Amino acid sequence: MLGFIIQRFLQAVGVMAVMSVIVFCGVYAIGNPIDIVIPPEATAEIRQDAIRRLGLDRPLYEQYFIFIGNLLQGDLGRSFVYNIPVLELIGGRLPATLELVLISVISATVLGVTLGIYAGYRPDSWVAKTIMAVSVLGFSVPSFWVGLILILTFAVNLGWLPAGGRGDTVEIWGVDWSFPTVNGLSHIVLPAINLALFKLAMMIRLARAGTREIMLTDTIKFARAAGLSEGTILRRHLLKLISIPIITVFGLELGSTLAFAVVTETIFSWPGVGKLIIDSIAVLDRPVMVAYLILVAFLFVTINFVIDLVFALIDPRVRHGASS
Amino acid sequence: MSAPVLSVRDLRTHFFTRAGVVKAVDGVSFDLAPGEIMGLVGESGSGKTVTGFSLLGLVDEPGRIVEGSIKLNGTELTTLSDVELRARRGRDISMIFQDPIATLNPMLTIGQQMKLAIDAHERLGKRAADARATELLTQVGIPSAAARLRAYPHEFSGGMRQRVAIAIALLHRPAVIVADEPTTALDVSIQAQILYQMRDLAAETGTALIWISHDLAVVSSLASKLAVMYAGRIVEQGPTATLLRDPRHPYTAGLLASLPAMAPPGAPLAQIPGTTPSLLSLPPGCPFAPRCDRATAECAAEPEITFRGDRGWRCFHPVGQAEEVTA
Amino acid sequence: MSGQSTPLRLFWAEFRENKVAVFALVVVVLMILLALFASVVSPQNPYDLANLSLMDSRRPPGFVGSGGYTHILGTDPQGRDLLSAIFYGLRISIQIGLAAGFVSLTIGTTLGILAAYVGGRIEALIMRLVDLQLSFPAILLALVIVALLGQGKAQLIGALVAAQYAYFARTAYGAAKAERGKDYIEAAVATPLSARLVVLRHLLPNCTPPLIVVATVQIANSISLEATLSFLGLGLPVTEPSLGMLISNGFPYMMSGRYWISVYPGVALIILIVAINIVGDQVRDQFNPRLRR
Repeated sequence: MLGFIIQRFLQAVGVMAVMSVIVFCGVYAIGNPIDIVIPPEATAEIRQDAIRRLGLDRPLYEQYFIFIGNLLQGDLGRSFVYNIPVLELIGGRLPATLELVLISVISATVLGVTLGIYAGYRPDSWVAKTIMAVSVLGFSVPSFWVGLILILTFAVNLGWLPAGGRGDTVEIWGVDWSFPTVNGLSHIVLPAINLALFKLAMMIRLARAGTREIMLTDTIKFARAAGLSEGTILRRHLLKLISIPIITVFGLELGSTLAFAVVTETIFSWPGVGKLIIDSIAVLDRPVMVAYLILVAFLFVTINFVIDLVFALIDPRVRHGASS
Repeated sequence: MSAPVLSVRDLRTHFFTRAGVVKAVDGVSFDLAPGEIMGLVGESGSGKTVTGFSLLGLVDEPGRIVEGSIKLNGTELTTLSDVELRARRGRDISMIFQDPIATLNPMLTIGQQMKLAIDAHERLGKRAADARATELLTQVGIPSAAARLRAYPHEFSGGMRQRVAIAIALLHRPAVIVADEPTTALDVSIQAQILYQMRDLAAETGTALIWISHDLAVVSSLASKLAVMYAGRIVEQGPTATLLRDPRHPYTAGLLASLPAMAPPGAPLAQIPGTTPSLLSLPPGCPFAPRCDRATAECAAEPEITFRGDRGWRCFHPVGQAEEVTA
Repeated sequence: MSGQSTPLRLFWAEFRENKVAVFALVVVVLMILLALFASVVSPQNPYDLANLSLMDSRRPPGFVGSGGYTHILGTDPQGRDLLSAIFYGLRISIQIGLAAGFVSLTIGTTLGILAAYVGGRIEALIMRLVDLQLSFPAILLALVIVALLGQGKAQLIGALVAAQYAYFARTAYGAAKAERGKDYIEAAVATPLSARLVVLRHLLPNCTPPLIVVATVQIANSISLEATLSFLGLGLPVTEPSLGMLISNGFPYMMSGRYWISVYPGVALIILIVAINIVGDQVRDQFNPRLRR
C-alpha cells in the first residue's frame, strides 16, 4: 500500500516535470520569450536588461533550470495589465472557479449516476429513452449556447435569476464564497446548471453503459441465482462494481470542468480564473497565460494522484497490491 | 423410486432475435429424484446452459420460456411471479457457474457475499450468519474458514473460489443445484477434487445435482443418469451404465465412439461427420439426420421421444434395436 | 429477408430499424447540401457589401427589407439576412469540422497503428504522449494553441487537430494492438510480406469500425469546438463568419430582447451537431459486439 502511494507520487512528480518542459518549450521557445515578460512598448534598454536578468542569452537547458527555479519559488512573473504578481492574481480568482466547478460536478455526478443506472437497468422503458434523449442533447448542444438560452429564458424573459456576477459573498477561512448567501446562491444557479449539463450527460452515458455491461456478467447472474432481490443486486453489487469507472471519470471531469469553466465564466461574467485567462489572451497578458497553464497542469496531476489514492482505498485488488 | 424433486416436461425456451427465432431449448423432459446426480451432456450451443437458466427462471432477454412445465417439489415454476420465483432461487434451487473468477464480486469480501445470499432468504444476526458461512466453507474444504470470511476473492485460487461459490449455492440446503461446467476452467488436478467433493456433498445433504458438461467422460464418472442434448433437444436419456454400454441414439453412439478411451491405442479416433447445425436454420425433421448414416426418408419428420422403462430416445432407427426387442 | 446479406446491407437493415437515426441521417445530408449550395439557396449574398444596408440591421423575423424580400429569420447587426448568413456559416462550420476531423483521423490513425505495429520504445513514447494529452481537456489545448498561433483558418484547424488527434490514436492503437497480438498477424509478419501490406491488409481494416465511430463524434466535436472558440473571439477572422461567430455577434443584443440574431444560428448549429451525434450513436451501438444479441 505504502509502496503504491510512493510509486504514484513519483509518477505525479514525473508527469509534472514533463508538463513543465512542454509549457517551457511551448511558451518560451516557440514564442519570443521577451514578449512574454515585457510589454511590447518597452524601450530597447529595458529589453536588454530583461534578457540579461532572465538569462535568455544562456543555453536553453540553463534557461529551463532558471525557469524551474523561479517556478519552485512561486515566482511566475507579474501581470502586465494588473501589475501584481501573477500567483496573487490567480489565487484571488481561484475560489470562485472552484466553488462553481465543485457544485457543478458533484450535482452532475449524483444525478447522472442515478439516472444512468436506471437507463441501463431498464434500457427499453420510455423513461430510459427520455433520459438518453436528454443526454444526447446535453452532450451535443455547445455549452456556450446553453448558457445563452439560460440567460435569455431565466434572466431576460422571466427575470427570475441574475444573468451574471457573483452576488453577495461570505468570508470563510479568509476566502470569499457565494453559496452561503441567498443572493450568492441565486447567482450561482444558472452558471452551475450551464457547467453541469455536459457532465450530467457524460455521467448518464457512463453509468448506463457500465450498468448494461455489469448486468450481463456472471457476477450478477450468480447473485440472482442465489435469490438476491434486484434492489440488493443494484445497491450492493452494481454500485460497488460501477464505482471504479465513475470515480475515474469524476476525477477527469473535475479537471475538464475546470477548463470548460472558461466558457461559462465568460458568458455569466463569473469572476473566476477562466474569465481571467480569456481576458488575458485578449490583451496578450502572457505571464498570466503561462501561470494558468502550470496551475491547470498541477491541478490535473494532483487530481489524478488523489484518484489513485481513492482507488487504493476502495478496490481491494489495488489495496492488496495484486497485479491485475 | 421416490417422487421426483424436479420434473421437467417438454420445456421450450426460444430467443427472439433480430435474425430470427433461436430455439435454444426445444423439447426437454426429465425427472430428478432427491439426491440424484444427472449429467446433461452436449456440444456447446446444444442448449444445456439455457436449460439450466430456464430451470431457475434466469433466461435473459430476448429469450423466454414459451412452453412446457417445470415442477420443483410439486410447485409449477413457469407460472410463478418474479417475486415468488426469486424466493425459491438460492433456497430451493441454486446454480454454480463455469468461471469462478467471473462469478464472485471482486469488490466484496467472501463474508459479505455469503451474508447477502443468507439475507436473501433468512433473517439471521451477524454472528449467526458468520457461523453458517464458516460452517459451509469448512464443509467445502476451505481451511481456517472463519478467518477467510474477511478475504476478497482475488486472495483465493481458482479452485478455492469455485469452492466458495459452491458454499454459497449450498447455504440454504437447496433441493437441486444446477452446476454449469463448474470444473472446466480449473486445473485438471483440482477438477477431480471438486468433482468428488460435489458428489459427497450431494449425498450428505440430499441435494440433487444437474451436472452440465460437454465432457462425457467427466460426467459419466459422477452421474447416475445421463441426458444427451443435441440442437436444443434431449436426444437420449437413461441410467449412465446402460446408456454408455448400449447407446440407442446414433449421436450418442457417435460421441462414445469418439472418446479416446474407447479406441485402441494408436488407432485413429472415430468422428461424427459434419458440424453442429445453426439453431437459426434447423432443417425440418430430425436435426441430426444430415450427419447420420442411419437416416432414411422417414427422418424428414421429427421423431417423438420413445420411452422404454427408464430409458428414452428420439430416433426412428435406434442403434442396437435387436437387443431391445428381446428385453 | 434478402437473399444476399452482405455486411453492408445487413448494417443498413439494422440501421433502418432506428427511425430516429434515419431521420437524423437525412437531416445531416440535407444540411451538407444546404451548405454546398449556400450561394444558390440563399435569398441574398450576405458578404456582398453592395447588398447590405444599415437601415436593415437588427430587424426581427418577417421584416421586409430594402432588398424587397422578406427576412424570414430577421437580420443581424450589419443588416445581413440571417437565413443567408446561416447557410454561409453552415458551410464554414462544416468545412472546418470535416477538415479538422480528417486531418486528425489521418495523423491519429498513423500514430496509433505505428505504435501498435512497431512496439517497443516508439510505442511507449507515442502512447505516453497520447495518454497525457487525453487527460487534458481538448478545449483548453485548443484555446492555448490558438492563443499562441494567432487567428486564421489554418491555425484554427491546427488547434482542433492538436486537440483531437489523440482520440483517434488511442482508438486505432487499441484496435490494432488487439489484432497485432493474434497469431495470424504474427504469421503474416514472419512471412516475407512487406510491412506495409500487413498494415494495409490486416491492421487497418480491423481499426475501421471503431474509427468510423470516433470520426463521427469528433467531427461533431470539431464543429462545436470551433463554434465555442469563435464565440470566445478566438476562432476565425471576421471575414469568415461561422455559426459560432454569428451567435457571438448577436450576444450583446440579447439582453435588449433581440434574441433572433443569436438564437437562430444556434438552432442550426445544434440541429447539425445533434443529428451527427444520433447517427454516431446508432453506428456505435451496431459496432459494439458486447451489446449485440
